[in-house]
Amino acid sequence: MNLIAWGYFPARLAWRQLIFDRTKLIAAICGVLFACILVFMQLGFKDSLYASAASAPLKLNGDLFLMHKQSEAMWRPVNFKRSELMRTLGHPAVAEVSPLYLGLAPFKNIETQVKRTLMVYGFDPEAQLFNVEAIKNKRGELRLKDTVLFDESSRPEFGHIRPLLEAGKNVTEINDYKVAIRGLFQLGVSFAADGNVVTSDLNFMRIFPNRNAGDIDMGVIRLHPGTPIKQVQAELSSQLNEFVNIFTYDELLEYEKLYWANTAPIGFIFGFGTVMGLVVGLVIVYQILFTDIVNHRYEFATLKAMGYQHGYFIRLVFATAFFLAVLGFIPGCILSIGLYHLAESQMFMPMPMTFSKVITIFFFILSMCTIAGFLAIHKLKAANPADMF
Amino acid sequence: MSMLIDVRNLDFSFGSGELTLPVLKNVTISIHQGEIVLMTGPSGSGKTTFLTIVGGLRQAFNGSVKVLDQQLINSTEQVKVKVRQQIGFIFQQHNLLKSLTALQNVSMTLEMYNGSSERERLNQAAAMLEAVGLGDRLNYKPDQLSGGQRQRVSIARALVGQPKIVLADEPTASLDKQSGQEAVRILKQLAKESGTAILLVTHDYRILEIADRVVELEDGVIKD
Repeated sequence: MNLIAWGYFPARLAWRQLIFDRTKLIAAICGVLFACILVFMQLGFKDSLYASAASAPLKLNGDLFLMHKQSEAMWRPVNFKRSELMRTLGHPAVAEVSPLYLGLAPFKNIETQVKRTLMVYGFDPEAQLFNVEAIKNKRGELRLKDTVLFDESSRPEFGHIRPLLEAGKNVTEINDYKVAIRGLFQLGVSFAADGNVVTSDLNFMRIFPNRNAGDIDMGVIRLHPGTPIKQVQAELSSQLNEFVNIFTYDELLEYEKLYWANTAPIGFIFGFGTVMGLVVGLVIVYQILFTDIVNHRYEFATLKAMGYQHGYFIRLVFATAFFLAVLGFIPGCILSIGLYHLAESQMFMPMPMTFSKVITIFFFILSMCTIAGFLAIHKLKAANPADMF
Repeated sequence: MSMLIDVRNLDFSFGSGELTLPVLKNVTISIHQGEIVLMTGPSGSGKTTFLTIVGGLRQAFNGSVKVLDQQLINSTEQVKVKVRQQIGFIFQQHNLLKSLTALQNVSMTLEMYNGSSERERLNQAAAMLEAVGLGDRLNYKPDQLSGGQRQRVSIARALVGQPKIVLADEPTASLDKQSGQEAVRILKQLAKESGTAILLVTHDYRILEIADRVVELEDGVIKD
């Protein structure tokens, strides 16, 4: 039998049987669609988590980064001595180093006076630690006493800072210390911080009176252009105290991401949600295929009596599974795009719908339907042509 | 005339051990090309079991059952499938696929064979439906047809592959007298035109006249 007859005929019969009962078809599609949206949302939140976790380190402008080994992530750092960072200057490849101070502090909403915690970044304005034009351009303002720049991507609970600034109302409190907002930039919120401000290292010490400039949270190292970063990293790590980690840019991003994936169990939760979505979908599709076989067993037995072989019906079941996967996935994908936009506008977190995600989830759904097919085909034995008479 | 079905000393029983229930005892019968044989007998006499064994739907172990020169006793599934493909089946219920139109149902028989195009298959199926008097019902689904029309579609489905043998089990059981006689009349006419042998199991005595030969089965034994 040629290939067309092998695959096309059972697929065509599967299709004709599917579209014959529209109500059942719609119910079946809804089952797949449900699983599809569940998986899309879980993976979307997970990617959003990782993307937002990396939003601050992504903009850091450096080649190598020092962090205390006990720092699980940038948002919960452990201090180490500034002298540790300065020692790296002894390496000939190191061009400049600068400390970064990090702290979470309550920020008072200018309109409502409600306090909410955000992330404060403190550094020498001349060091230009962030690759953000708005911050670079405002380095003069940052040098002024008691000034900060505010992240416009922060959650709206912090107040509508732009119109307030335009109206000249720029004074608020961070950590109960009065500061003036001198400008805006865009960085992005994460699961750890609902908002961000940057300020100078000196202002940082004023906002956090318990901190001192000798204890830093992160050290940013820039090398002379053209030096092999990996090699310098290895040489420096042999010279540094063992309680500091030295990361390349990519390693830092990965480290931040892994914190959310593993240390904070959030990555696991979304992974688990994805699996549960697929399991629910699997059970639904299995039920659909199973009852489909039961309902058609006399027709299948008739065809078997006419000389159709067992393999034909296996292909028919898998074709049905395939059609359900495709028919459920298309509306599921379109709905998910809408939900992603909704989530982005509600959570102020990036939720990109990437092509690779669409492809990945399609294969998830396809595998889900295929496995359901494998589970359902044993029921084909119920179609025994000898019982037809 | 060549012999299409040649059954010798066939024994068959259901169950095993003490619960063995003999159904067919030493059945010997042969059917030639173009012959129409009616098998009658009371319920439980083993008619239907005999039909399923000859049709390659049920495995028998004792005796000899040669259908189209294939031995079906202790045969493999492959042999049985091959035999089935050369037989037209007509069932008590019409057993049409309810999601398919009459035309598509009849085409299902042709889709098993190689070589023909979709157009050829549909033309052949349409011609067959024309022959059973349903030329104006090609695109009707089983739900939209009457009982007699459905059984005629199933006759068309059985005959469109030009089988050498047609096996029919109570084809008129669910039909009223007129449509039942109409159905078997069409069946006989088409079979005679193409030289097809028919083995028809029934206890509908209204259709005995179409037979070349009537065989009576009682308690698994053929009565003379």
